[in-house]
Amino acid sequence: MANKRIAKSNKLNGSDLTNEDLLDAYSTMVLLQALDKRIWIMNRQGKAAIVASSQGHEAAQLGSFWALKHHSVNPWFFPYYRDLGIYLAAGINPAELMIGYMAKKGEPLSGARQFPLHGADLSKRIINQSNVVATQVPHAVGSALASKIRGEQIVSITYFGDGASSEGDVHEAMNFASIHKLPVIFLCENNKYAISVPQKLQMAVDDISLRASGYGMPSDVVDGTDFLQVYNATVEAAQRALDGDGPTLIEAKLERFLPHTSDDDDTRYREPEELQLAKQSSDPVAKFKEFLILNKIMTKEQSAQIDERAKAEVNNATNIAESAGQPDGDDFYEHVYATKVE
Amino acid sequence: MPEINVIEAVRQAMYEEMTRDPEVFLIGEDVGKRGGVFLASEGFLETFGPDRVIDAPLAEDSIAGVSIGAAMRGMRPIAEMQFADFVWPAVNQIIGEAARVHYGTNGQVNVPLVIRSPYGGGVRGGLYHSQSPEAYFAHTPGLKVICPATPYDAKGLLKSAIRDNDPVVFFEHKRTYRAVKGEVPEEEYFLPIGKGEIKKNGAHLSIITYGLMLHYCLEVAEILLSEGIDIEVLDLRTLRPLDQELIVSSVKKTGRAIIVHEDTKALGVGAEVSAIIAEQAFDFLDAPVLRIAGPEVPAMPFATSLEDIFMPNTERIIQAVTQTMAY
Repeated sequence: MANKRIAKSNKLNGSDLTNEDLLDAYSTMVLLQALDKRIWIMNRQGKAAIVASSQGHEAAQLGSFWALKHHSVNPWFFPYYRDLGIYLAAGINPAELMIGYMAKKGEPLSGARQFPLHGADLSKRIINQSNVVATQVPHAVGSALASKIRGEQIVSITYFGDGASSEGDVHEAMNFASIHKLPVIFLCENNKYAISVPQKLQMAVDDISLRASGYGMPSDVVDGTDFLQVYNATVEAAQRALDGDGPTLIEAKLERFLPHTSDDDDTRYREPEELQLAKQSSDPVAKFKEFLILNKIMTKEQSAQIDERAKAEVNNATNIAESAGQPDGDDFYEHVYATKVE
Repeated sequence: MPEINVIEAVRQAMYEEMTRDPEVFLIGEDVGKRGGVFLASEGFLETFGPDRVIDAPLAEDSIAGVSIGAAMRGMRPIAEMQFADFVWPAVNQIIGEAARVHYGTNGQVNVPLVIRSPYGGGVRGGLYHSQSPEAYFAHTPGLKVICPATPYDAKGLLKSAIRDNDPVVFFEHKRTYRAVKGEVPEEEYFLPIGKGEIKKNGAHLSIITYGLMLHYCLEVAEILLSEGIDIEVLDLRTLRPLDQELIVSSVKKTGRAIIVHEDTKALGVGAEVSAIIAEQAFDFLDAPVLRIAGPEVPAMPFATSLEDIFMPNTERIIQAVTQTMAY
């Protein structure tokens, strides 16, 4: 709830989440991974035109989502194209999401006008208009400005990658947000590659979070593959926003397990050994699972059940999406303008 | 009716709308304490406070982008681009984002945003304070583009733009700000977006124009009336959507058409209007359609003598009328 102080009541995990909350989050993470893997297969089968995979980013997306779910009333989300986890956690069902990847009739975000995950779901307070990189960042700041002018206790959060952090949009948006102490969180999912360009050719610093100080804004660097680290950092940022103390930049360092998109070929620029190591050491799902089992929050049987449920749900979603038709184009000319000219 | 100038009309429209609706706010460079470089928001900071009269950092892209975000949440920002020449860093947000939000969200989200900007030359503004970029925006479905020429039109159209649910780019010709005066009613009124107006009825030839050039064309119409040429002057007022019906009906009546604008000629508004006439009124034409417009140089030069070469003037318009009537 708004203005609730961080009560780190759960000594074991260092957060205020109960074991049930953690199991709930883990189940969503397993479902996210299963869905993402299936969508990639659908692409290779020629059934989904383009996919930007979330694999490797699961903890950053879900950890921050869970934080806002528990610490902010009605947060607004301005995610980017790799944020499947945000949509899934917000309650858009896997079948609807799969329909989006297949650009089928009934697609809920844009009516299949846009690339997957673009458009909006106002009932979930998610807007992601464009896949021109970083344009959503000033939108989130504008949303936070609206909240400030209206006197609402609402947090806006925006997500972007390390590549996006070079865009002027990000710099201008952070500067503006910090001047006006707006209730907004900038969450950078730093997977170290802008398509093929490694971080060292994108910037001369190791931490993107360093930039926050140039705008007079606090920042945090977290292991973006650790659900609870991201969770706790986001809770703190949300608290700061709701207290009227302005924005926070969170840099979640993580690994991108697949090429930039399904159209990319990462063997042209990434060593197989490097990728293999990343998958072994930085898999957010495996790490979360290990934590839950080691601390006896989840049994192996429960874990197997969660896997089974996810598989069944993804199968069901695939069947629904495969049987959906193409958009018929009846509304092709609709919604160019909201106020029609007589 | 009181007589006011264009900048006062703009000020009144914003003032009335901000007084009526707490969701309307103003953001731009120097709009606060300074009251805007042309004083369009003089006194606003004191009246509406710093939350609703926001002196933005010198960063046009975020002026647009932040406004779009607030508009997505239902607020009604008025974003001032200090000069139209400075709008380019914001173009991705305006054309790439604002114009496509309603379509791209399948009608779920709309952007009730007004981008206001002084434009146009004849003020010794040089290459970077004289531009007329309206055609770039008018090319974009999803945007509405308005170029008023009189105080009455500026006020009525700006009030409509602020209440409109779509992104509107509102260009105010800076030479008209103080030079053009006109009567504006004290009671509230609105003018429809997308409707042109016949500013002077005539029988022999239609001049289709907008912005500062309207006043040159009206002057020409008056001069030539004494020589027996009865010119109709059509003020487009809105460039997108264009009032095709009015253009076509006027040309069908007169059989002759000249388009006058300050912006560069090739691929501009005049080209579109000319094509509409060719498509819909070809059989009614007694002469080829002519365009009087800015020359093919990148922008308006600084020196008065060079600026004069760029700017269309009454002489050039009269020449075109004579040529068309003699055809």
